[in-house]
Amino acid sequence: MKSNKQFSPQHIKFIKKTKRETGLVWFFRIAILVFGLGLWEFLARINVIDSFISSSPSRIFNTIGTLVSENNLFYHIGITLYETVLGFILAVGLGYVIALALWWSERLRRVLEPYIVILNSLPKIALGPIIIVWFGSGSKAIIFMAVIIGIIVAIITMLNGFLATDKNKILLLKSMGANKFQILTKLVIPGSFPTLISMLKISVGMAWIGSIMGEYLVSKAGLGYLIVYGGQVFKLDLVMASTVVLCVLAALMYSIVALLEKIIIKYKP
Amino acid sequence: MKKLLEIKNVSLTYQTMTDEITAIKDLSFDCNDGEFISIIGPSGCGKTTILSLIAGLIKPTSGKILFNGNENVSHKNALGYMLQKDQLFPWRTIEKNVFLPLEIQKKLTPENINYALSLLDKYGLKDFKKSYPDQLSGGMRQRVALIRTLSSKPELLLLDEPFSALDYQTRLSVCDDVYNIIKAEKKTTILVTHDISEAISMSDIIIVLTDRPAKVKSFHRPNIEGVSPLRKRESADFGLWFEKIWKELN
Repeated sequence: MKSNKQFSPQHIKFIKKTKRETGLVWFFRIAILVFGLGLWEFLARINVIDSFISSSPSRIFNTIGTLVSENNLFYHIGITLYETVLGFILAVGLGYVIALALWWSERLRRVLEPYIVILNSLPKIALGPIIIVWFGSGSKAIIFMAVIIGIIVAIITMLNGFLATDKNKILLLKSMGANKFQILTKLVIPGSFPTLISMLKISVGMAWIGSIMGEYLVSKAGLGYLIVYGGQVFKLDLVMASTVVLCVLAALMYSIVALLEKIIIKYKP
Repeated sequence: MKKLLEIKNVSLTYQTMTDEITAIKDLSFDCNDGEFISIIGPSGCGKTTILSLIAGLIKPTSGKILFNGNENVSHKNALGYMLQKDQLFPWRTIEKNVFLPLEIQKKLTPENINYALSLLDKYGLKDFKKSYPDQLSGGMRQRVALIRTLSSKPELLLLDEPFSALDYQTRLSVCDDVYNIIKAEKKTTILVTHDISEAISMSDIIIVLTDRPAKVKSFHRPNIEGVSPLRKRESADFGLWFEKIWKELN
């Protein structure tokens, strides 16, 4: 909202102070990065730390360059992104639908409750050997891993959101003669939008955990594969470079969800 | 006068794993077209349950509830239920909130939409149609809630302590507001409250209930002069009525 209102000196002072504070926060954020990288590079150059074991920013940068020029970095990124995004979409989509079914039928919810609790606490990596036997060693196995890691959290988060619907609002709709489907579409689904957003944010992280863990177990390509491979042949530059790329991608995917949130809030459903 | 609602020997028993609770026992009263009835009783005596029964949300264990002389008719279309809090949906604009009963009952015709909008115009919400509920004050939100209740043109209004979530100042003015709108639209109303002065200032008939299991203890017709609840509160009779009902409740 823009207005031509005249602000009082106090208000201008307040705005200046707030802006200065934000600027300061950004300064320190960048300073930590620059200082950390600088110190790391410096210590590596003067051989205080062994850059064979701990790599160094310049070596990481060069490795990324080599990866790009040898033209296989984007191939690995593509594989991992494909697995992560597909795992994310499947986990979120299936999780949402299952949560809806569990909201709809109290009996189903009660029947399945112990299974969900057990699946939630089970470390999914324990299923690794089974997944390899069932799905082989390709992307399928990795996507499956990403889905089972993400889906349980998606179900539990969404179901709690659905069940938290205000009882009095349900009563109000019933008094208008609403059936269960109308209660779902007019109240439960739009009312749980904030939960959906936080579920999406959690699920982004879960999908990355799933895909990288899957690639650790079985893979022939992908960033997780590069990291494991780098570790096995003691090329720490490769491990670090892949991790850096992974950080950037994870941040990007998270910010896409955050952007989605802003758009949804702006145009209320 | 036409009998709109007849409640005949209604009883309700709840079942729990450890107990069987009789909430209402042998309750009978009638409500004529155009009347304003208040139901008042000790807290926890099952006042809200009576409204749920009338609204058809729960079935009585025994007895009959006749609406326009009929039993077992879906009378949800003919009823408007207003709850303690406004229960406006925060993601809908004011007009979309008001259209909600029409949407649910699949009556979203141009005629009904115009009627709902005309109510908003008439009762001072013209400029807020496209606003969201969080942009309105508590009193205005309660007025929107009433208009939402009226938009489906119900024959009978059920009000469940609609003012209790408001602070005292707002409460007095909203009480006046709601009363005037109800009278202007000539709606038959049943109000449930624990506030004696609210009951006296608004209603034609007051029904005092007993402790649980609830049944009718007494009927009163406070014919207090005054055009609005606020004016009635100033009358000398008001105090006498208050004392009388207060004694009965204790």
